[in-house]
Amino acid sequence: MFGRLTLDAFVHAPVETGAQLMVVGGAVAVVLLLTYFKKWGWLYHEWLTSLDAKKIGIMYLVLTAVMLARGAADAFMMRAQQVVAVGEGVGYLPPDHYAQIFSAHGVIMIFFVAMPFMFALLNLIVPLQIGARDVAYPFLNSVSFWLTAVGAILINLSLVAGEFAATGWLAYPPLSGLEYSPGVGVDYWIWALQISGIGTLISGINFFVTILKMRAPGMTLMRMPIFCWTALGSMSLVIFAFPILTVTLSLLALDRIFGMHFFTTDMGGNAMLYVNLIWAWGHPEVYILILPAFGIFSEVVATFSQKRLFGYTSMVVATMAIVVLSFIVWVHHFFTMGAGSDVNAFFGIMTMTIAIPTGVKVFNWLFTMFRGRIIFATPMLWFMGFLTTFTLGGMTGVLMAIPGADFQLHNSLFLVAHFHNMIIGGVLFGFFAGLTYWWPKIFGFTLSERLGRYAFWSWIIGFLLAFIPLYLLGLMGMTRRLNQVDEIFQPLLIVAAVGACVIALGIFFQVLQIVHGIWNRKKNIAGSDPWNGRTLEWATSSPPPEYNFATIPAVEGRDAWWLMKRQGKKLEGREEKIHIPANTPFGLFIAGCTLLLGFGIIWHMWWLAVLGVVGCIVLLMVRSFMYEGEH
Amino acid sequence: MPAHAGDKVLFGFWVYLMSDVVLFASLFATHAVLQGQTFGAPSIAELANLPFVLWETLILLTSSFTVGLTVYFAAKKRKVQTFLALAATLALGAAFLSMELYEFAHLVKEGHGPWANASYSAFFTLVGTHGLHVFLGTVWGMLLVVQLMVWEAHATVARRLMCFSLFWHFLDVIWIFIFTFVYLFGALQV
Repeated sequence: MFGRLTLDAFVHAPVETGAQLMVVGGAVAVVLLLTYFKKWGWLYHEWLTSLDAKKIGIMYLVLTAVMLARGAADAFMMRAQQVVAVGEGVGYLPPDHYAQIFSAHGVIMIFFVAMPFMFALLNLIVPLQIGARDVAYPFLNSVSFWLTAVGAILINLSLVAGEFAATGWLAYPPLSGLEYSPGVGVDYWIWALQISGIGTLISGINFFVTILKMRAPGMTLMRMPIFCWTALGSMSLVIFAFPILTVTLSLLALDRIFGMHFFTTDMGGNAMLYVNLIWAWGHPEVYILILPAFGIFSEVVATFSQKRLFGYTSMVVATMAIVVLSFIVWVHHFFTMGAGSDVNAFFGIMTMTIAIPTGVKVFNWLFTMFRGRIIFATPMLWFMGFLTTFTLGGMTGVLMAIPGADFQLHNSLFLVAHFHNMIIGGVLFGFFAGLTYWWPKIFGFTLSERLGRYAFWSWIIGFLLAFIPLYLLGLMGMTRRLNQVDEIFQPLLIVAAVGACVIALGIFFQVLQIVHGIWNRKKNIAGSDPWNGRTLEWATSSPPPEYNFATIPAVEGRDAWWLMKRQGKKLEGREEKIHIPANTPFGLFIAGCTLLLGFGIIWHMWWLAVLGVVGCIVLLMVRSFMYEGEH
Repeated sequence: MPAHAGDKVLFGFWVYLMSDVVLFASLFATHAVLQGQTFGAPSIAELANLPFVLWETLILLTSSFTVGLTVYFAAKKRKVQTFLALAATLALGAAFLSMELYEFAHLVKEGHGPWANASYSAFFTLVGTHGLHVFLGTVWGMLLVVQLMVWEAHATVARRLMCFSLFWHFLDVIWIFIFTFVYLFGALQV
């Protein structure tokens, strides 16, 4: 009846029990609060079943915040462990638990923080920027969100029942095969990613079609805001990369469930095939995240330099060049595989080539600032912080693109420092810039600039303190994923831990900034255009009405809103019948069935898995008969 | 440029098919890498009954013709012919699936199941994924039969038929590649 799920699965070691109680306690607290304030109906009708892209965007933001807390907690636990587990000391985390923590940290930060954060901003801003009332497929948008949420739920369930993968965030076989990871940890990993990955693919198609088919009249491709261009690039990558992830995860699952031999060490299996496949998805994934951040920075730098973006066309070309190049560099993640000097040289050179379009972007941003009347608002601070740290990270990346150097640096903390440099200094700072920049538009009130500055300075100082030591440790020979380290590494590890605490301070200021903002929201009403913006999202009210624009705007050039303001024009354009899609719970229900499916497979409760599949199919069929439900 | 709902859906469906191409491409690549890894067992090409697979191929190709007829008759609003062509498509699809399942069952019975070695794993997964697509397509087709009866000449149904036919032709193209690269090239290497 319950497959592999026995009562033992709920019994954990002390530290793990703490995490388990936090998840259960958190869930119970939410349920109790909702019941006490009688908010279930409101939650269901206003949010969970909504097809409004802006509401879905805000739900993505909530998911991001929750998972960021979880991922950050993992990071602090690792930093603490490496400070105390020195020499003879074993620290407070047993090796297996430590391995689960670093695996969960990576998975959560990429899939359940960075990705939902990106889709939050896409949902909130892209339709507004192209002068559209909605995304192309509002219902699928809801399905995508809920599939992502199910992935996050499965990851958190692994704290309650069973365990998580202790394999690293990409779960290389043969370690992740049945022979060496017989428990449910890897299965949680597979199905959390599989389900959320399908959601991402659907979102990718949705925004791709939205951007290509739903632009306001007059908005030609070369008049689109750069954020939309980078979103288009990113979504193209999603469409071409995520099916590879789907296949890779399925093959690993087939190995584990049916005893097949794709990646096993016996019967002809080939573990390196897995590594190739996962990185053929994994490298584009990096650009899926960073491209929209580049787009945000382009919007921010133009707005706060009060100039139009320098080199628009070259920005577009650079974006698309990165899209293409990102598919031919994946081997640089495993030069040490021994593919031979020719192969390694090719991928090394291709990797270095990516620095060219990226460099073009950096110079475009600098020239945009040149002779601009720069306003140092918080989004601009995030941008300038990004510019410095990202350039540093880019250079260490080019350094590691040299296969010979990579043989020394592979799997060292130098690499860990490099990719955090790119993902925190690039992606995360970008999304923070976007969030602070668009916050007044999304919620209708402004945030405290002072607290924003405190948050920024804590983040950047904390970031440098936490990760510069890792570069040095990597050069000293410290490898990644150690739960017990040599004494010579301790001083720098303490510095890194202090840096983590400063980052925590930054998170504290961000929370405080939001709480303070909500508290004073009546005083700080944003108005439609608080930053003197350039693009169409600033033409409508803050927050925008559900239909975004009462009349579809007519676009006459780049920076459409700026142009209208210059010419003293109001927002006017073609009148079109407004129709808003009706709310529907089907997205929620379908995702619920995939939760049953995932949980059933993880625990070998086959009846539950079958129930989930049948439920999905029946719901889709029923929905297909409710056509024209949108009027 | 604002587009009509139909354009958006059809375009989006094309984009989905492109992502499915990548899915199959990954499986083809996997098959190419693992094809020879039989660990001493005979290759699938040695075990396969080529004339049998040729019949499968012809059946699927014919179903592609009938699905074309379905769309044609639907556009001409000839109800009975539309139903007949769609029914023929689904019947041919079901026949193809049964033959494939028979082939799979036969291999498993002979001890050549997907768990035997890496080459067989890759073969069953590639061909099986195509089969799963055909199965889901058949279920979708049956749903369309019902919807045609409920709302015969509605634009939404016509659009869904169009998407269905795209899907079906796409599966046909994939099968041509499977037939060529898995069966025919495999047979050449024997």
